[in-house]
Amino acid sequence: MTLLKRGLSRRRVLQTGMAGIIGTGIAPMVFTKGAWAQEFCNNPTGDTVTIGLNLPLTGAYAEEGADEQKAYELAIAHLNGEGDGGLISVLTPTALTGKGILGKKVAFVTSDSQTKSDVARAGATRMIERDGAIMITGGSSSGEAIAVQGLCQELGVIFMAGLTHSNDTTGKDKRRYGFRHFFNAYQSGIGLGPILGQEYGTDRRAYHLTADYTWGWTQEESMKAATEALGWQTAEAVRTPLGAADFSQYLTPVLNSGADVLILNHYGNDMVNSLTQAIQFGMRDREANGKTFEIVVPLFSELMAKGAGENIKGIFGTSNWHWNLQDPGSIAFTKSFGAAYGSPPSQAAHTAYVQTLLYADAVERAGTFYPPEVIKALEGHEFDGMGNGRTLYRAEDHQCMKSILVVRGNENPTSEYDVLNVVQEVDREATTYDPAIFGGDLGPAEPVPLCA
Amino acid sequence: MLAMSRNDILLFLGFTIAVLAMPIWLQPFGAAYPDLLQRFMIFGIFAVGFNILFGLTGYLSFGHAAFFGVGSYTAVWSFKLLSLDAIPAMLFAIAVSGVFALVIGYLSLRRSGIYFSILTLAFAQMSYNLAYSVLTPITNGETGLQLTLADPRHVDRMFGEAMPGQPVPTLLGQSLGGFAGFYFCAGFLIIAFFIAQRITNSPFGMMLKGIKSNQTRMNYTGFNTKPYTLAAFVISGMYAGLAGALLAVTDPLAGAERMQWTASGEVVLMTILGGAGTLVGPVIGAWLIKYFENIFSAINETILARFWDFLPDGLDHAAVVVSSKFVGEGWFLTLGLVFVLIVVFLPGGIMEGVRRIAHLFNRPDKSSPSQGKAAPQPQPAE
Repeated sequence: MTLLKRGLSRRRVLQTGMAGIIGTGIAPMVFTKGAWAQEFCNNPTGDTVTIGLNLPLTGAYAEEGADEQKAYELAIAHLNGEGDGGLISVLTPTALTGKGILGKKVAFVTSDSQTKSDVARAGATRMIERDGAIMITGGSSSGEAIAVQGLCQELGVIFMAGLTHSNDTTGKDKRRYGFRHFFNAYQSGIGLGPILGQEYGTDRRAYHLTADYTWGWTQEESMKAATEALGWQTAEAVRTPLGAADFSQYLTPVLNSGADVLILNHYGNDMVNSLTQAIQFGMRDREANGKTFEIVVPLFSELMAKGAGENIKGIFGTSNWHWNLQDPGSIAFTKSFGAAYGSPPSQAAHTAYVQTLLYADAVERAGTFYPPEVIKALEGHEFDGMGNGRTLYRAEDHQCMKSILVVRGNENPTSEYDVLNVVQEVDREATTYDPAIFGGDLGPAEPVPLCA
Repeated sequence: MLAMSRNDILLFLGFTIAVLAMPIWLQPFGAAYPDLLQRFMIFGIFAVGFNILFGLTGYLSFGHAAFFGVGSYTAVWSFKLLSLDAIPAMLFAIAVSGVFALVIGYLSLRRSGIYFSILTLAFAQMSYNLAYSVLTPITNGETGLQLTLADPRHVDRMFGEAMPGQPVPTLLGQSLGGFAGFYFCAGFLIIAFFIAQRITNSPFGMMLKGIKSNQTRMNYTGFNTKPYTLAAFVISGMYAGLAGALLAVTDPLAGAERMQWTASGEVVLMTILGGAGTLVGPVIGAWLIKYFENIFSAINETILARFWDFLPDGLDHAAVVVSSKFVGEGWFLTLGLVFVLIVVFLPGGIMEGVRRIAHLFNRPDKSSPSQGKAAPQPQPAE
């Protein structure tokens, strides 16, 4: 039996024993939570606790990944009581002490996920198995987030998603161990729909170019639903591969399609490229069906706006957060990030920072790192001060319910960072939806799977 | 092991021991964690299989990742539709990738040399694009195919309710995570190695070597080489399918990236780096590349700063800046350098280096007795 030749430690015996017990389906009857409460994956026993940052440092979303990394490092410094403390003082209610998490100093390990699901999973596994990460966070692609979230559920490690906007992350593919602070495509549709109707009228034909993976699909669906509710028609929806540098073959058919609005369901470099090329095709100077041709980018970020430069002017989209908001949380975060890195933070950086603090706060409130207790502390938790107004971590799907922003490319930017104007803040009541519409199943928190 | 020579048995036993003891001897290298060990095994199998086609038969396939990917998708679908047990998934994966290899091999093997390579590359790229965008209902595209709680799993459901929690592949109810998964894969690597060893030393293997050295002459001698090359192609495709299935067993997600041409190129690199045509070489090449990919890419500036700490101020900073280009995202650069050095100085790969070193130590012994037992003649590598 090759399985037992080596490495027969106490842990292995327990683990194989556990697997056997679970396998026969009598697990819930045999052991109670109390007896196993402290036996879980990477239980930190020393005086440090390690967080795994899984970031795309190469690939189509590399720029977001780099900004997220800055935010994570800042958040960890603040948790350890270094720097100016950032948002720790504005989070309400708070259990954070500025002395690490539960008195343990926070350390981190990183992994480049290359904007690929396979690689992201391998990186997360390495950080859990080798480096002993208690929590995994990061990612700026929904494909990655869903893949890593599934893995974390398998291994019993909490995943705090970074930038992921697909409905599936907290919809069809939601997991008990996965949490998302960022908003989603459905909420973008709710926010953007009325503004588009108001600005562009109710008689329009839209052409979608969609990044061909989970985020693109759900955003296309949500945008179709929102615009068709206004009375718009959808001329066609075309899928484009992630990371394609040249979009001209997809843009040419738009000109002859009879459409008068182009909706770009692209993000990161893809959006920068497709938008720039669309403008080079002269799309914004065209008239179609007797109306000015318009371009809409449903998910916007400052980093992309910067990359697209002039082309972004006057274009509508939505954002999770913007550094120019005037609430105390946003001001404190922009100041602290600016002092450390010399530029205002992006929405990716904001969500990364907030997720780290929320995890630390949940652990403090739970009084333990034991994942099911931390999950309970996060589920249904209501907090304020993080820049999006009063926010609820909804228990049904682990999606944060908060206000979102409708933004527009700035016509007269005063600096290279002042590229977006906030048109409207859509409040939490308006963006709240019924979690049941996307289906999915969170799965159980217990028994806690034991990683190797 | 009846017909095996003493050297073969020693090689096999040495290999088996080295593989099974990996969690111990890899500890100092920071690589002894289950996930990487599993990858070492899986890509070892992939490379051993590839070597049967490339090293033995001399056909350079640039599309082997397609069979690897087909194996993974088949295994995940078997988990979703039938049962979470690893055995049926692997049987199906080997069978399906074998059939797939038969079709592609039948078409590609009408040509040889560079034309064959380009044909396989074209088929693999077609498969990749199919998986990435055309066949999204089957492959789930870029997002990757995953297991969910709602999967039908007809066979499992017949034997009672599913267990709670995220579904994970098992072996007769035994979970295959962590070190159990490693020993499971290790068992298959050892079997795969044994079969490859037997193939190499069989009359069939001789025929393949003959095809490699001069196919025209083989034809003139009266042998029909086509069935042999096709058989070698299918066998190596099945090896790739097995490796793909094992990757899905240890980590139940199948993504299209693993079918991309870079993945096909990687296995070629592994084989050449280790030594094409040798038995152990490709496995060592696979280990080396996976080690670089997982360990070097995870080194960041903080770790480097600690490493260069002993240097005086200013100098240590410069050392960090220079060396950081070669680790982290720059691990490809290091791998490229290693590859260039090996191809230039050791055209036969790492195994040639091993032979040269062994030769250095053996020379004094050999000079004194003029005859005696013949030194083991290693396979010439090309």
